[in-house]
Amino acid sequence: MSKAKTLYDKLWDDHVVRTEKDGTALLYIDRHLVHEVTSPQAFEGLRIAGRKPWRASSIVAVPDHNVPTTDRSAGITDPVAKLQVETLDNNCKEFGLTEFDMSDVRQGIVHVIGPEQGATLPGMTVVCGDSHTSTHGAFGALAFGIGTSEVEHVLATQCLMQNKSMNMLVSVDGEVHSGVTAKDIVLAIIGQLGTAGGTGYAIEFGGDAIRALSIEGRMTVCNMAIEAGARAGMVAVDQTTIDYVKGRPYSPTGDVFEKAEAHWSTLHSDDGAQFDKVIHLNAADIKPQVTWGTSPEMVVDIDSVVPNPDDISDKVKADGMRKALAYMGLEAGTPINEITVDKVFIGSCTNSRIEDLRDAAQVAQGNKVSDNIKLAMVVPGSGLVKKQAEEEGLDKIFIDAGFEWREPGCSMCLAMNADRLEAGERCASTSNRNFEGRQGQGGRTHLVSPAMAAAAAINGRFTDIK
Amino acid sequence: MQKFTQHTGIVAPLDRPNVDTDAIIPKQFLKSIKRSGFGPNAFDDWRYLDEGGPDIDNAGRKLNPDFILNQSPYDQATILLARENFGCGSSREHAVWALDDFGFRAVIAPSFADIFYNNSFKNGLLPIALGADVVDDMFDRVMGKQGLELTIDLATQTVSCDGEEISGFEIDAFRKHCMLNGLDDIALTLQYADEIKTYEDNRKKTAPWLF
Ligand code: SF4
Repeated sequence: MSKAKTLYDKLWDDHVVRTEKDGTALLYIDRHLVHEVTSPQAFEGLRIAGRKPWRASSIVAVPDHNVPTTDRSAGITDPVAKLQVETLDNNCKEFGLTEFDMSDVRQGIVHVIGPEQGATLPGMTVVCGDSHTSTHGAFGALAFGIGTSEVEHVLATQCLMQNKSMNMLVSVDGEVHSGVTAKDIVLAIIGQLGTAGGTGYAIEFGGDAIRALSIEGRMTVCNMAIEAGARAGMVAVDQTTIDYVKGRPYSPTGDVFEKAEAHWSTLHSDDGAQFDKVIHLNAADIKPQVTWGTSPEMVVDIDSVVPNPDDISDKVKADGMRKALAYMGLEAGTPINEITVDKVFIGSCTNSRIEDLRDAAQVAQGNKVSDNIKLAMVVPGSGLVKKQAEEEGLDKIFIDAGFEWREPGCSMCLAMNADRLEAGERCASTSNRNFEGRQGQGGRTHLVSPAMAAAAAINGRFTDIK
Repeated sequence: MQKFTQHTGIVAPLDRPNVDTDAIIPKQFLKSIKRSGFGPNAFDDWRYLDEGGPDIDNAGRKLNPDFILNQSPYDQATILLARENFGCGSSREHAVWALDDFGFRAVIAPSFADIFYNNSFKNGLLPIALGADVVDDMFDRVMGKQGLELTIDLATQTVSCDGEEISGFEIDAFRKHCMLNGLDDIALTLQYADEIKTYEDNRKKTAPWLF
């Protein structure tokens, strides 16, 4: 009898082309997603070496980080950003690659459009020069972020030299309370695991609470696996996965779909598979989460207070907390629901899919953005999400409440375009990183779910949506 | 790729955990389509008192005197000593390019984020993960002597100080080989082009939906 395997073992074994003596493997890559920021130097390298993409059909490219989220008819005003986006357009033309350019309704954040197009399928290896590629693991795929040298390596060889990670299972058992979303689940996981807790591991998320999530929710969870240090996060394939994939533009049809489906339904960890580490969370204990510091692990329940570094014995950790409090302009002991915010950002590859917008709209409906809020913006993850939201009337709900309704892109998740925080401004954000300066130099980011962000906009401060 | 065999240089202590890639090179510099020139903007938010940008001349900017890399002799440092989870955050290889361009040849920390760790090897920047207690001891040494130098020997996998070995370190045999010889790993992989093609042909039969 063959050995019981984890989902990660299966995905790995399926893609090994060859293995070196020390265990380093040459891994075949099925899908390569490309965006404007991490690819120009890779294409340049390819050109200098006189090489061509190994398999152009494996590539889907899209500009997202640098695109404006306001009226696009005038193009990009920042000349440096403009050159970068044009460089992507030109590289795609030169090498014959599929690109959804800025004028295409399918354009959006790379991690939103891959799944939306069915370009991400179960059982694939998916890479992108972006750490949040872990998102695609929600489909039972092995998906991870790579650097620019590796982008060039995949372009040239369709493979990567990789060392296998260890296996970790994070099981969220039982049912969550209403008002607790995928974002709260993953923030709670990171709070428990720490930002380096997953380093060296591929994490499989399992348990009833994960199974109960939609694909959108699973993507939110896998998206932030990297925030726990894990390069890849994944969820086993089930009917929810297959239903989502069926009928998408890049998805197979007819007999091939049936054949694929038969294979996909094997993509789960076998009974008795060995994990190097297993962590359990009780879903019923998870409350809506708010980060208070400058690392995603600095997170607490909405009904608690900003923690006190003096209570922590580890000196390095306590120092880190003090630096974070100073940067965030917060006092230990302050109740989270007394913290007022200046801006609200609903968007990013973590939370900009239709379900996220529905969640936020539900809270916003019939309410008004509080007077102390300088800007509340909703940035859909793709042109197609935007279109669907408009068909459902969500844009009206947001606009009536006083939110701005924008064009798709990364936007204020990392503030490479004009959307940003000014120094000292405090933001309730549905993105994934609260690092210093992430949303603008001196800006202060609190990570929350879409519903919590909408509630912060309406009340002007963090509020328990329960 | 730049070779790494042996290196001796000044160690700069950066005493904080979770130094993320946004801190190492802020996003506004990622708009560049080049691979070089990021050194003057390494740790930009910490290094300068005013805000920088890709089209702002760094010569006219106000340096933050409290930041370690602005202080002599650490402005000449070639080895960076840091705390756990160094390089966490985004996949931007610009972080490695910035450290390299600043002049760093190695980073020592208790742990590194995976993608940063990988990216380092592609650029001849050696990331050395050592036990937290060894790193603590190094911080003590560096704090105790301004401009302390360490010697890193990749072949023997050792870090030493004044001729005395302080610690050994782990590294995968394959990565070590590539780094010692400055090998271009795309060329290496292309040696196996036939194997890749065979794999691909097989997969076209068994999993046609992937093509
Ligand atoms: S939305 Fe944010 S985290 Fe996601 S790809 Fe864009 S910049 Fe990166």
